[in-house]
Parts: sequence; C-alpha cells; structure tokens
Amino acid sequence: MKFMGQAQEEYYRGVRMVPYDLLKELVLALAGFGVLAILISVLLSSPDLAPVTIAAWSQADPVDFVTTASGELAGTTTSAGYGAPYNTTPDAYQHWGPIAPQAWFGVRIPVDSANAFVIDPLKRASFSNADLGASLSQWQAATSDQQAKWLDAYTTALADATVTAGKVTVKTGDYGPVPLMMSNLLGVAQTGGLDGLLVINGRFYQTDYTQPLLFIGDGNYFAGLAENAHLSGNLWGMMNETGQYPGQTWLWLYTMWYQVPPFTSDTGFLGLNAGNADFGIIILMTVLTILLALVPFIPILRDIPRWLPIHRLIWRAYYAPKGQGPGKPRPVKPLAAPVPPAP
Amino acid sequence: MSLTKRAQERLAESLPYEELLPYEQPSYVHSYVYLFGVASLASFILLIATGVVLSVFGPQWWHFSVVGHFFNSLHFWSVQAFFFFMVVHLWATFFQGAWRDGRGLTWVVGVITFLASIVTAFTGYVSQQNFDGQWIAVQGKDAMNSVGVGAFFNVLNFGQMYGFHIFVLPLVVAGLIGIHLTMVRLRGVVKPYPLEDQSPEVAS
Repeated sequence: MKFMGQAQEEYYRGVRMVPYDLLKELVLALAGFGVLAILISVLLSSPDLAPVTIAAWSQADPVDFVTTASGELAGTTTSAGYGAPYNTTPDAYQHWGPIAPQAWFGVRIPVDSANAFVIDPLKRASFSNADLGASLSQWQAATSDQQAKWLDAYTTALADATVTAGKVTVKTGDYGPVPLMMSNLLGVAQTGGLDGLLVINGRFYQTDYTQPLLFIGDGNYFAGLAENAHLSGNLWGMMNETGQYPGQTWLWLYTMWYQVPPFTSDTGFLGLNAGNADFGIIILMTVLTILLALVPFIPILRDIPRWLPIHRLIWRAYYAPKGQGPGKPRPVKPLAAPVPPAP
Repeated sequence: MSLTKRAQERLAESLPYEELLPYEQPSYVHSYVYLFGVASLASFILLIATGVVLSVFGPQWWHFSVVGHFFNSLHFWSVQAFFFFMVVHLWATFFQGAWRDGRGLTWVVGVITFLASIVTAFTGYVSQQNFDGQWIAVQGKDAMNSVGVGAFFNVLNFGQMYGFHIFVLPLVVAGLIGIHLTMVRLRGVVKPYPLEDQSPEVAS
C-alpha cells in the first residue's frame, strides 16, 4: 500500500493546487440536502398503501378467493406447481439448456399449498363444527380421481357463481363436500382467522410471510390491484411505485428486458424465452454488470469517454485558452522518507 | 516482532493523513460534477440516520404515527436522492475516464458499491410492510428463485429481509464507500485528458 500515498505525491507534482475544504463541502451538502429532504417530505409525503389481507381479499372478491382455494386443492395454482424451493413439482424450474440453478438446492422452503392453505385451516375450524368435520372426512376418504371430479365440476360452476351477503352460491351439482368446505374456509377467511392461521402456523413469534403471500399471490384479486396501480411486469412493474411516486427507477434496465423479445416470446432465441425470462434476464444483467465493472480494462469501451467531447464540458476551465485556471503549482517535495525503525 | 508496531508503520506509510484529508486540490477539480460524489455521501449519511430512527421505533410507528410516517418519507426521499446522485456521479466519472492512471480498481469498487446499494434498496422495498412491499416480494421471488438464490434469500420472509436491510447490507455499503473514498483520496483526483488529445482550437 505504500506506493499509493507516494503515487498521489508524484501524480500532483507540478499541478496547480488551490484551497479546497472537503469537510465544509460535506457539511454544506448534508445541511442543504437535509433541508431539501425535510421540505419534500412535508410537501409530498411518501407512498404507504395498506397491505392486502386474506380477510380483505375474501370480503372484496369471494368468488376469486374460493376459486383460488379450489385451485390449491386441485394443485393448479402457481404456488402448488411452483417447484423448488417450495415443492417437488417435476420440471417446474426455469433453466437454460442444462443449466438449472433453481433445481440445485431442492425444496428449502417447503410449502404444501393444499394442506397449508385449505385442509389444515379447515381441520382447526372443524373442532366445533360437526358438519365440516364430516365433510373433511368424506374428502379425505375419497379417491384422488373422485376429488378431481368434484373440483372440476365445482370450479366450472364457479364461473357462474353468485354472491349474496358475502357467500358464494353455485348451481346444483355433484360437488361432494367441496361447497361446504369452501363456504367454511371463506367464513374463516372473512373474519380474519385465515390471516392468523397462515402467519402464526403453530408458532407464537413469526416474521415469515411466505405462506400468506404465496396464497394471496395465487389469486387474481391481488394481481388486479397491482394492474390498476401500474405495477404489473408488462408495465415495468418492479421499478414502479403506487400513486405518483418514483419507485426503484434504478432498475429500469433490468425491467426493460421483460418488455422486449426474446423475453416476451414463447419461441424465443437461443433457448431464452418468456418461460425462462427471469433466469435469462439475470444472466444478461450479470454479463452487462461485469462489463460495466471492467470498463477500465476493456479496449474501445475505456476509450469512449476520450472520444466523446463531454469531458471538455466538465473540465472547460482547464481546456480554456488561458491555461489551467487559478492557483499555484504544487511545490516539488521529496518523496516521503521511510519511517525509521523505533529505537 | 510486534504486530502492533508493524501495523502502525504500515498505516503511517500507506494512509498518510495529509492525503486522506487534504486542504487543497488540483485546480482542475473545478466543476459541479464533483459535487455529486459528496452529495451521494451526504444522502447516504441521511439514509443511515433516518434508518436508525425508523429501526429504533419499528414498523408500527412508521405506519401509524404522523412523526413515524414523516421519518419514513425522509428515508424514502433520501434513497431516491442517493441513487440519483450516485448515478450522475457514475456517469460523470465515466465521461471523465476516471479509471485512468491506475484507478481501475477505484471504478470497480464504485460499481460494486452501486450493486450492493441496489440490493440494499430492494430489501428495504420488500420490508415496507405495505401493498408495494407485498407486490415487489411476490414478483421478485421468481427472479431470486430462478438462479437458486431464493432458496437462501427468501424475499417473502420479512424477518430475513429486514435483518439484511438494517444491518448486513448497510454495513457492506458503508464499508465499500469507505474503501472507495480511501482509494480516491490516496490516488488523488484523475487529471483531465491531456491537452494534445483535444482539437487544436481547444488545446491552444
């Protein structure tokens, strides 16, 4: 490290030096920006839209809630078929050719959507509800084929469901115990019980919202709110913010790739497509970031600023015909002598 | 052999205080673009200060009290300013070719600092405990999971994200800023491109 201190001594030799108060500059910047931040905060505040709860979702759109819960039972929702790190759905991971890091670490955060979001909460609710207990027993005793038939018929009927006083009604059909199970789950959800059950999950202290967020994310209600707030992926969502506030604008380049081929295409290019867009874009951004970091060492790239005249604007005083501007040349001092050994 | 003595000697040689905290600068350090580096530092200091206040009182305070929401707003606008100043600083140093004369590593550390800041901000956004935080977490998990990172860095886990945001990552960013500043101070500010590289009317 010794050379570094001496390097500046040598580097500045013969250069005109002028007084410069770095600390005063920092203090003034801090004070100036501090006042500005206070003014902006008072005048513009900041975004803070209340989070979506399962209770709010089930009250606002009971049909979507019941459809989603039925999908969890059927294993057709996003989370139910997600694959690693939540479950073992085969071939559900994103990959580029043989490269599939999503599958490398297996199921690290296990989530059994059907049991966690539907069956287990209903078991708790059936403690003082004999009808629900009987329905659950009927469900669990049925074959998987029979369960699938009930769910298919019920999900189809939900397309024409009506809502009365927050309750979902479908036309008469052979749905087995599913309607009773769903009406009970909806009731638990509308009172806020499901929020608690999914967050607490048998523990007391909890700060992990994986399960309720996956469940909420499976429904259309949550995505609809985001769409209305211009937060969807096809609307540059990751860099946006609710309301008229700036969001993570520094993610513009990352978000941009989601708007253009091959990441919007089903067929894609060189194996990169909409199906593995997340993985492909991370790879692309990693390459671009490495290039940015290594600009000083890459010919042509490192020469761009020399070719562009912008540096002449930045140092216009230096390039002015008068010479190097104010100040006096730094006196030539001998290099720092090595520190003598202690006696 | 005294390790302490050797460390003291090495520090005296490699980190001379007159270079770390100089009171004069080359005359070519005469442009408003130089202010964006110190503005980035000032907004980072304000970010840390407001972040400490927010973490002391907790999420309920910043959501449900007027004063808490005000500090949340200060933190929000500080991060906006931090990135604005940092990006302008990055572009300014790019157009200055500030990596010249042995300053390549200073640039590399600056880019890494920018990346670490993006991750820090991301963990902040998913720790907001509001609708935006929910949505960013649900959307962002797919990118993290696609590269295997999500198995260890669960953006749906508030406790983990909050820990990263208020302790681990600020420490990383602060350390990187410290290294970056030290490298800038020890190397000095890069000179303008030589006059002979300019067009004749400018170089005259």
